[in-house]
Amino acid sequence: MASLDDLKKRIASVKSTQKITKAMKMVAAAKLRRAQESAEKGRPYSEKMNNVILNLSNGISDKENAPKLLSGTGQEKTHLCVVMTSDRGLCGGFNSNIIKKAKSYFAKILDEGKELKIITVGSKGNDQLKRVYGDKIIENISFKESKNANYFDADKVGKMVIEKFDAGEFDICTIFYNRFKNVITQIPQAQQIIPLNNEGEENSSEESYEFEPDEDEILSNLLPKNISTQIFKAMLENSASEQGSRMSAMDNATRNAGEMVDKLTIEYNRSRQAAITKELIEIISGAESL
Amino acid sequence: MSEEFKVEIVNPEKSFLVKDDVSEVVVPAFEGEMGILKDHISIISFLKPGIIKILSKSGDENYYVEDGIVEFKNNNLSILTSTIFNLADMDKSKQQDLLKQAEEEANKTDINDQSKYLADQKVEVLKTLN
Repeated sequence: MASLDDLKKRIASVKSTQKITKAMKMVAAAKLRRAQESAEKGRPYSEKMNNVILNLSNGISDKENAPKLLSGTGQEKTHLCVVMTSDRGLCGGFNSNIIKKAKSYFAKILDEGKELKIITVGSKGNDQLKRVYGDKIIENISFKESKNANYFDADKVGKMVIEKFDAGEFDICTIFYNRFKNVITQIPQAQQIIPLNNEGEENSSEESYEFEPDEDEILSNLLPKNISTQIFKAMLENSASEQGSRMSAMDNATRNAGEMVDKLTIEYNRSRQAAITKELIEIISGAESL
Repeated sequence: MSEEFKVEIVNPEKSFLVKDDVSEVVVPAFEGEMGILKDHISIISFLKPGIIKILSKSGDENYYVEDGIVEFKNNNLSILTSTIFNLADMDKSKQQDLLKQAEEEANKTDINDQSKYLADQKVEVLKTLN
């Protein structure tokens, strides 16, 4: 059995850990509110953008000559996966959920004998992936300096993806991120952004638009922007998810630490009591023998 | 019948401006300035760097944009843009900063014709502001 002194030290150390996790939870809760707000505020833009593109792609006359970003290159040989994770740890299963989702997708692609290229956004994803898929990672970006997700960063990633697409480095691009459902639930998501697939989304209003300049030119201007917008949306969702995940993880940790302190305190009191009893017995039996 | 319609400007971070008593909007469309009044035909176009003028009962407003898309439908005008500044809030030093950036971009030699054209446009517009 541990000595009284040891127990005391352990209780003190668990208590200080509890203080840290409690503080982290508080910080995450404050950040979560802000991240959630900006995720909600960012939605109209991506929705409107989607709408316009939908209208445009419906209005386009000959599908054969549609921009490649919309219709694809016609093959499915090389896949590019953009895995978006956080730069910081201590956020529960946030990163490993994305990685798990991504890894199962990677395995599927490699099984089919296709080529795989990976871009990691956020250092945690890179750390976890580089052991197995190190040779597949072509780029690693992290935005440690910027506090909040901003469009400028997303645009940088978007431009890079498009550059690689134009250079013919890949045929299909998928992004991985966590969709924020609520504080305890974040759903890992795989979204294909190149070529764009508007599955099932039929536009009900058959209103014809006037285009100026013509559809093709607008589309070829709009599609690259849409890529950045989608990446930005993923970044916003991700940052809200990260804070939510961290908050619930830290909440759990704080509770576990509390339980541990209770258990240790009981053990401490018991052994203290045992020591007193032992001393008393020794004194009494000593006195009796006289 | 009133001659007013609704305009909404959205940027990636948030819904920038919503106004529903607008009588006319002038946008710098790619092929020239375009004035939009109520009951305009549905149209989609994109913007080059320039000034958006919004005329309404509650006063006129001017915004500087660098790019964007306009969509007009059922008397709803949506403008999507990534960079927008209210001219009333923009001071001289901010303008100078933007101008400097644009000039640098325009002087690059390794850009294609379209981005060169857009950068030149930026410089021109910003110069007229000063």
